[in-house]
Amino acid sequence: MKEMICICCPMGCRLTVDDSDLNNVKVSGNTCPRGEKYGKEEVVCPKRMVTSVVRVKDGDVAMVSVKTKEAIEKSKIFDALDALKGVVVKAPVSIGDTVVENVAGTGVDFIATKNVGRI
Amino acid sequence: MMSVKNLIIIGGGPAGLAAAKSAYDAGERDILILEREDKLGGILNQCIHNGFGLHTFKEELTGPEYAARYVDEVLARNIEYKLGTTVLSIDRKKRVTCANETDGLLVYEAKAIILACGCRERPRGAINIAGCRAAGIFSAGTAQKLINIDGFMPGKEVVILGSGDIGLIMARRMTFQGAKVKAVVELMPYSSGLNRNIVQCLNDFDIPLMFSHTVVEIKGKGRVSSVVIAQVDEKLNPIKGTEQEIACDTLLLSVGLLPENELSKMADVRLSPVTGGAVVDDDMMTETDGIFACGNVLHVHDLVDFVSEESEWAGKRAAAYVRGEKTVSDKVQVDAKDGVRYVVPQYVNRTGDEPLKLKMRVGNVFKDVRLCVIGDGEEIYSRKCRVVTPGEMETVNLNEKQTRALKNCRQVTVCLKAVER
Amino acid sequence: MSEIIIIGAGVIGCSIARELSRYDAKVTVIEKADDVACGTTKANSGVVHGGFDAKPGTLKAKFNVAGNAMFDKLSKELDFPFRRNGAFVLCFDDTKWDGLKRLYDQGVENGVKGLKVVTGDEVRKKEPYVSQEVKGALWCPSSGIVSPYEMTIAYAENAAANCVKFIFEKTVSSIREDGERLAVVCEDGDVLKADVVVNCAGLHSDELNNSLCEKKYKIVPRKGEYMLLDKTSGYLASTTLFQLPTAMGKGILVVPSVHGNILLGPTAVDIEDKDCKDTTYDGLAEAFAKASITMPSLTKKTVITQFTGLRAHADAGDFVIGFADGKPLYNLIGIESPGLTAAPAIAVHASKEIAARLGLRERAEFNPVRMGIPCFATMTEREREEIIKKNPLYGRIVCRCEVVTEGEIVDSINRPLGAKDLDGVKRRTRAGMGRCQSGFCSERVMEIIARERGIDMTEVTKSGKGSEILVGRVE
Repeated sequence: MKEMICICCPMGCRLTVDDSDLNNVKVSGNTCPRGEKYGKEEVVCPKRMVTSVVRVKDGDVAMVSVKTKEAIEKSKIFDALDALKGVVVKAPVSIGDTVVENVAGTGVDFIATKNVGRI
Repeated sequence: MMSVKNLIIIGGGPAGLAAAKSAYDAGERDILILEREDKLGGILNQCIHNGFGLHTFKEELTGPEYAARYVDEVLARNIEYKLGTTVLSIDRKKRVTCANETDGLLVYEAKAIILACGCRERPRGAINIAGCRAAGIFSAGTAQKLINIDGFMPGKEVVILGSGDIGLIMARRMTFQGAKVKAVVELMPYSSGLNRNIVQCLNDFDIPLMFSHTVVEIKGKGRVSSVVIAQVDEKLNPIKGTEQEIACDTLLLSVGLLPENELSKMADVRLSPVTGGAVVDDDMMTETDGIFACGNVLHVHDLVDFVSEESEWAGKRAAAYVRGEKTVSDKVQVDAKDGVRYVVPQYVNRTGDEPLKLKMRVGNVFKDVRLCVIGDGEEIYSRKCRVVTPGEMETVNLNEKQTRALKNCRQVTVCLKAVER
Repeated sequence: MSEIIIIGAGVIGCSIARELSRYDAKVTVIEKADDVACGTTKANSGVVHGGFDAKPGTLKAKFNVAGNAMFDKLSKELDFPFRRNGAFVLCFDDTKWDGLKRLYDQGVENGVKGLKVVTGDEVRKKEPYVSQEVKGALWCPSSGIVSPYEMTIAYAENAAANCVKFIFEKTVSSIREDGERLAVVCEDGDVLKADVVVNCAGLHSDELNNSLCEKKYKIVPRKGEYMLLDKTSGYLASTTLFQLPTAMGKGILVVPSVHGNILLGPTAVDIEDKDCKDTTYDGLAEAFAKASITMPSLTKKTVITQFTGLRAHADAGDFVIGFADGKPLYNLIGIESPGLTAAPAIAVHASKEIAARLGLRERAEFNPVRMGIPCFATMTEREREEIIKKNPLYGRIVCRCEVVTEGEIVDSINRPLGAKDLDGVKRRTRAGMGRCQSGFCSERVMEIIARERGIDMTEVTKSGKGSEILVGRVE
């Protein structure tokens, strides 16, 4: 039995997760289906979105923000961040542009979250 | 040079952009947004984490993405805006003076003004921490800007005072960039940040969160070398003998946000001592005729989605005011009581039939309570809450019937009541 | 040409440098910090004292009264903010009237004009927020307020414009004899020679004297802690409010600053460490509690910053001014309060004595006028319009709390003896001095410093080496 706070949205529902049988995890306390999914995932394979920045060349700002297109395994967060080290993208950049593909073998890409114009 | 404008919006962040968009959609075309930074989008541009937009767009966006959606809306409508432009003064007559590099000094006469200038962080001085004045002390937002906008690291070994959302977010952000966050120290016995941020910004990385503790001394010559923390008693005074020293080169402060109302004061806008923002009616109009306020300049919000919602409403009502359609009527006062720290708006016009939204914050953590709206002794509205915390804004959405009932009352209070067992 | 070295660029060193620049000598100022006004000068009450507090016949009394009288002309000549706001010395106890009377008599003897003993009600008529407990007060109309660092910067800039050379980040370790001259030995191994050395080393002036002379002095750093209130509290006081003095100093003040803030403090504690500028929990609590006696309605809500100053208290009690044992070392030791007020008079006196000894002649080219940085915040709309037209950078507001423009910041960096770091810019322009305490503007100011000085952002400091603000780049 685990108590946890759902992080799917700012509601922060307090979940009770019955993980005595990992094939049949039971979640209560959630107010939406996302909470149930989160509760299950959190005991089986927790995932997180990762956001950071990389340098831009010839941009009207120095850095462009990026995010993983979807949540990746929590254990891969720092591998994902390592994949961003030294990466420089050339302006212009549009929201959604792929910055790094298949981050740390997760099959998930880092994409830009900011529009950056050229100077 | 004096120009005339129907609607001037001060601030091109989430509040200003949403207000501009909705004022336009309500038929107003003579709009000018004044933004002091060189980009539209405000503080969202540096909030690169995700979690924005679930209410507004039904998807989870990062700050820059959320801002871009509203910037696109404003650009699509060809709404005029000026960047790098700081408003120097406004007055009761809605005369706006501002300056920028290319136009020089600009003076406008506006029919209506929307204050959407956001908030600022409480600085070190305001919390009276003793010790040195070395480099290495930053407000969390300044550190966020340095890293996410400019690409510089403000420190390597970090202690964070205050567990507000920016503090929590920055704990993770600094960790992501290779810094070691040694502790997050919180004066209160609870966090003023969102629970989800405690989980995914601290717990995920085993960063200790120390409640009922504060920083009592900062040590260091040129640069911070350590901080001394201590436990506090119920009156929040440090307890002698509980001091411990933590070596660090950086102290981040996330000790509260203050609505930035310097301009409001110039126009004699009456401010609430509780919210630090203007006192407004349900049209988001201040007590200075034709001056509206929305977003964090009005009261500090927990979610940008609610800023957008409030500001769209303010934009719409400001447009109505410019058209001469805002009725000036008798108002009913809405008071906060019994655990509820404040309610916005503070006044409701007796006329008008749009369903009311009341925003509020509580003063402490309460479990199993009912959030009630009481009018002349009668319960107009009530909702059960498993838990309410000061960190999260609560909203009461009244339906048309409840709204009508409220508008007919002499006296209205919003309060917490224990759930009868 | 005679060579003179001044050690220390506080208000005493800079004012003497300026007065000596009237003469045909080669004057060099050596300062260990990276800017002027970085020691005792930067952190004090900013009060231009009337002169009733010093014992008659002392140098403190003489130079206080003479210095005070010079401020009106000087502040115009050198373009620094000064206001004659008047001061009350408050008496809370009906049995202590003789204390006020003693101050009054002392003031009259020292030559202070306009002194008057008034009732508590008369005080409250002028200062409505003063405590009901105040029974009476001494009123001193000639008391004033000044920005100590702006005054010192003005002195230094004028000295530099009149050919005085300034060397920063150089620490003097001792002085030794070199025939008829003196040799100044620096920590970096440099030895600089001069015909006269002027010891304006403040807290360290005893050590310099003692390294050369038989007669020894001892400076005890006397720590004073202050709290600064936001301009929104400026209405609380327009005059300087003293409490009846004690043996340790003039007590805790409530005093307006020339920029409209309110300052509370200082405490007075003798300490050992001459470099200790830390505030303490207890010290700040004491400053606030005692200031609240003067003004019970004070609240900590509007405090925007706290700071500590160290006064150079000499065991001698009075100022030590003059040549040491007939040697060409001119000492200025123990220049504690009313040192700031006395500085203009001390500088004239010292420079005359030095000029006489060296047989210096006045230079016709000496220009006494210095222009400050045009201050956007206090300009009229018309003036603002004009200045942005001339320099568009004046249209970019960087510090929103104090309304400081990029034009002023660039000027503060590029003028002679310009600012090198964040604190330097702050003292010259007030950027970062306001209620957000540089939260919003520090990053912009850093960018401007890096750009104007041609250095990397990571090299920008708060106040000289070792106070770098950034630790590296995001990779």
